Amino acid sequence: MTAARILDADDVGRVIGRIAHEILEKSRGASDVILLGIPSRGVPLARRIADRMTSIEGHVVPVGSLDVTMYRDDIGLRGPRPLSRTDIPAEGIDDAIVVLVDDVLFSGRTVRAALDAVNDIGRPRAVRLAVLVDRGHRELPIRADHVGKNLPTSLAESVQVHLVETDGVDEVLLGSQGRS
Amino acid sequence: MKHLLSASDLTRDDAVSLLDTAAELASVTDRAVKKLPTLRGRTVANLFFEDSTRTRLSFEAAAKRLSADVITFTAKGSSVSKGETLKDTALTLEAMGAQVIVLRHHASGAAQRLAQSGWIEASVINAGDGTHEHPTQALLDAYTLRQHLREGAGDLEGLSVVIVGDILHSRVARSNVALLTTLGARVTLVAPPTLVPVGVQTWPCEVSFDLDEALVGADAVMMLRVQTERMTAAYFPSVHEYSRRYGLDSARAARMPDHAVVLHPGPMNRGMEITAEVADGPRALIVDQVANGVSVRMAVLYHVLSSQEGAP
Repeated sequence: MTAARILDADDVGRVIGRIAHEILEKSRGASDVILLGIPSRGVPLARRIADRMTSIEGHVVPVGSLDVTMYRDDIGLRGPRPLSRTDIPAEGIDDAIVVLVDDVLFSGRTVRAALDAVNDIGRPRAVRLAVLVDRGHRELPIRADHVGKNLPTSLAESVQVHLVETDGVDEVLLGSQGRS
Repeated sequence: MKHLLSASDLTRDDAVSLLDTAAELASVTDRAVKKLPTLRGRTVANLFFEDSTRTRLSFEAAAKRLSADVITFTAKGSSVSKGETLKDTALTLEAMGAQVIVLRHHASGAAQRLAQSGWIEASVINAGDGTHEHPTQALLDAYTLRQHLREGAGDLEGLSVVIVGDILHSRVARSNVALLTTLGARVTLVAPPTLVPVGVQTWPCEVSFDLDEALVGADAVMMLRVQTERMTAAYFPSVHEYSRRYGLDSARAARMPDHAVVLHPGPMNRGMEITAEVADGPRALIVDQVANGVSVRMAVLYHVLSSQEGAP
């Protein structure tokens, strides 16, 4: 399988910087913003965006993780999946602006599950979505507020996001086959 | 994993994955909404031919936290007294939509029979069959040991666990020997010779008749209830003699290593196999075991039900 590199390490760094600025601009500073990464790769992405926001604004932006496995709509179709950690900042999410962070936006089903999971944890003032790559092919009426890279794909192609924390390198690859 | 019939069916990877799932599910208990929508629309039937407090309530709580519907059947007050068989009772529950049957039965092998007879399509979880197995108890014991002695992660490699008491009638001991050794622990059984089962030399564990000797260097001790309801003969001369030689009192517990913990699957006979001071003491994890039982059974229900269609 051949794979084209769509974003390299420098591109990923710039994209994260832009998303951090966009979130700050939209929320006028970040006094009530909480970032929740969706495992696996949404978690390091959220942490990096939060670090960038913290260094720009000078106060700490809380960041956590939100596992959505038990909220998926395909339980029983794919067998048991390992669960990841859900780690909500101690102050909770009530009345905050929650920004969900994921690596790839595809069918939208993961985000649908994440919205249900958020609902069980608290009542945020608003929920927004930031993704590194939007590859299209939505199956639900869901869109992202902050997109690193819009990447038109065919269903036969695969999009792979690699991050230093999980894969040793920052890059986004577009492969010619397989669903990802 | 379509059924869970025996702890010995689980590989080390299966068992660790169940314990990991249970560890994440345990956090649901700390949330405002103590419920996950995972098994919405699925039905779990508790089919209990034998009395139980903990196991039945625990399975019921686990199923409800995952949003499954629960039908509970207990033999007392049912048509079993009119002669209805296990097969017909199970068919009735399945006709009412049960996709999982949690079975407790006084006959060893009942869960296996129900799962493999072709009578029903539903998954079967063994919640105790006679003197044979009780795999979810072994899983919650392993979870509790891992939580307190292994920082809640990985397996139980190198732990030394002593199981004491009525091994002959204990499905908890059988399941624990299988699961704890699969997870890498060394198990020593301690009992009066009359309460050691025939064929124990083929089990992957050691057998001792001397509790004080076995407790030296033990990381955990699991006290078993003397199951007088299953006893058809006099297995030991007196309760007093039994508790002198095989009971856990403060003096014995004090000779264990500082980190060592005490487990008991319940229900306890306080004053017989364990004294009240030890049962309520700082080493005892008996209440933790009950709390962990719900998380572990949530993990088992999730694994069994999510394996039913399509996936292996």
